Amino acid sequence: MNSRRVFGQPAAPGLAFGRIFDWENIEQYPDTVPDRPAVMPLPAAIEQAIEQLNLVRSHSKDADASAIMEFQIEFLSDPSLFEFLDDENLIAEQPVEVWCAAMDRQITDFSDSGDDYFLHRMSDLCDMRSRVLKILLGEKDKTVKLPADAIVVAEDIAPSRFLSIPWGPHQAIVLRNGSPSSHVAILARARALPMVVAVGPIPLMIGQPAIVNGHDGLVELTPDAERLDQFHRQRESAQAALTNAIELSKLPALTKKAEQVSVQINISDIREIDHLNHEFCDGIGLVRTELMFAHALPSETEQVAVYSHLLHWATGKPVVIRTLDVGGDKPFPGLSMVDEANPFLGTRGLRLSFKNIAVFKVQLRALMRAATHGDMRVMFPMVTHQSELSEVHALVDQCAAELTHESIAFKMPLLGAMIEVPALALAIKSSKYLQFASIGTNDLMQYFMAAARDNSNVSALANAMHPGFERLLKLIVDDANEIKLPVSVCGDLAAREDMLPLLLRVGLRSISVPPAVVPEIKQAIRRWPPP
Amino acid sequence: MDIHGSVQLVHAGGLHARPAVALTKLAKTFRAKILIAASAEGPWIDAKSVVKVMGMKTPAHSTLFFHALGDDARAAIEAMTRLVEEDFSGAPE
Repeated sequence: MNSRRVFGQPAAPGLAFGRIFDWENIEQYPDTVPDRPAVMPLPAAIEQAIEQLNLVRSHSKDADASAIMEFQIEFLSDPSLFEFLDDENLIAEQPVEVWCAAMDRQITDFSDSGDDYFLHRMSDLCDMRSRVLKILLGEKDKTVKLPADAIVVAEDIAPSRFLSIPWGPHQAIVLRNGSPSSHVAILARARALPMVVAVGPIPLMIGQPAIVNGHDGLVELTPDAERLDQFHRQRESAQAALTNAIELSKLPALTKKAEQVSVQINISDIREIDHLNHEFCDGIGLVRTELMFAHALPSETEQVAVYSHLLHWATGKPVVIRTLDVGGDKPFPGLSMVDEANPFLGTRGLRLSFKNIAVFKVQLRALMRAATHGDMRVMFPMVTHQSELSEVHALVDQCAAELTHESIAFKMPLLGAMIEVPALALAIKSSKYLQFASIGTNDLMQYFMAAARDNSNVSALANAMHPGFERLLKLIVDDANEIKLPVSVCGDLAAREDMLPLLLRVGLRSISVPPAVVPEIKQAIRRWPPP
Repeated sequence: MDIHGSVQLVHAGGLHARPAVALTKLAKTFRAKILIAASAEGPWIDAKSVVKVMGMKTPAHSTLFFHALGDDARAAIEAMTRLVEEDFSGAPE
């Protein structure tokens, strides 16, 4: 038997070795109308299907799974499924035909839409169709028992079927169709079950040994002994590295020369810190308030509560909160300017805050009130001129005077700016107003390279390896060090292990990254500089 | 009472499964007849039917129009527009 490699798309990371198991043996979506009599009325069959779904839902622990079940339950409970019937008596007279017709109408509607999202939802519809049909015809639901090392191969798997199976640590899924953005892929990722999708119409032999690589989207059939040996070592070291990195992330990140690099986290949602221990980072380096408040700015008191929660969590470590960075690719109903020809070069960030002083002052007052709970730092986006910073300082002073007058407790936070406009990047030394700075690499790069980040035709030009960009970063860091201005980087670049040497080389010793990459970034810092 | 309202859909994926379920579940808590459309001219469909709301296939950044008829129509329109504005974040579980 020759070994063979099959390429698909990676849908859930992880490595598995096992034997091919044919899902189609146990699972088939009948797309025809069965020629068998119903054993119960259709409404009763639908009722039972809803009960089954409620049961699956109550056993599932994650929110994605619940949402899928809830969608199916609502769908099945909807009487408008049968509105197409001229005569409602048909439901009682021809339940099997009516049910198939009702669902097939919906399935056709979804498949005709041409929209990827609705094409993915089709498996939910097919699943509902067959679930009710089985009950209606009195067929027993076969319990699925998968071998511990099953590499399940299927056309596609319905989310509810996925959820009804107790997946083990050595199993994996290979789909001929499917997509990395489907519900079932989300579920597989949540369970760390390796999954490769869209491998195409490959013939597979039951029981054939196979390696599934969910990182690369690769399936290797009948690997030889040497390859298998290599795989086992690979899997062991991947496991060990992960366990190790998570354990080590509680310790500070020191380079090989024993210089500490401060690793902070970026937060866009207050819930992100719920399950995190503050020990694993050196503070919060960026709070994106425009994302945290999901399109409606809450009252001053509510904002105070949110900011205070962040400071309490950080227990004395710095928390950098960015004021609303709206505009550009982040519109905000009721605030952002519409119809600007070039929004990235238009009224965004601080520029927009100045157009909505009342809204801006509510946020500043809330930040100043919450600052009494820890080390709060307030950062302003899209600063270009010193005059804008002096205007912000005046506004903060005005808020301070008002709060004093109202006898409300507050503390002056440190005030700083995002370094994203090249003109400001080159004028740090002459700034009287900056108390800290953080480089926003995405925007700095698009403005510096003249390549819009939302335009796929030119986005490849925005390459951080351009020598001019490294020079600019070096200049920013050198200038900041000269005037003892704390400088950090909170852009996407910091989260990329391959870009870390660049940031460390130019002298940056403070970065802020998404929480999920902290363990690996800290490990990469510990390996620097290379021998 | 006969109340109209409109709101911009900000949900990244458009009016998909989870938002559609949240919307219809909220609509069902009101006595008023609640209609929804993706254009001020209609077609108006029943906001309490998830099958029909999904069938609209509304993409992100569309404007949603609501029309409610009944004694609690005003409260219904307020709640429905708030749900969409808040990006379905306060949706009942």
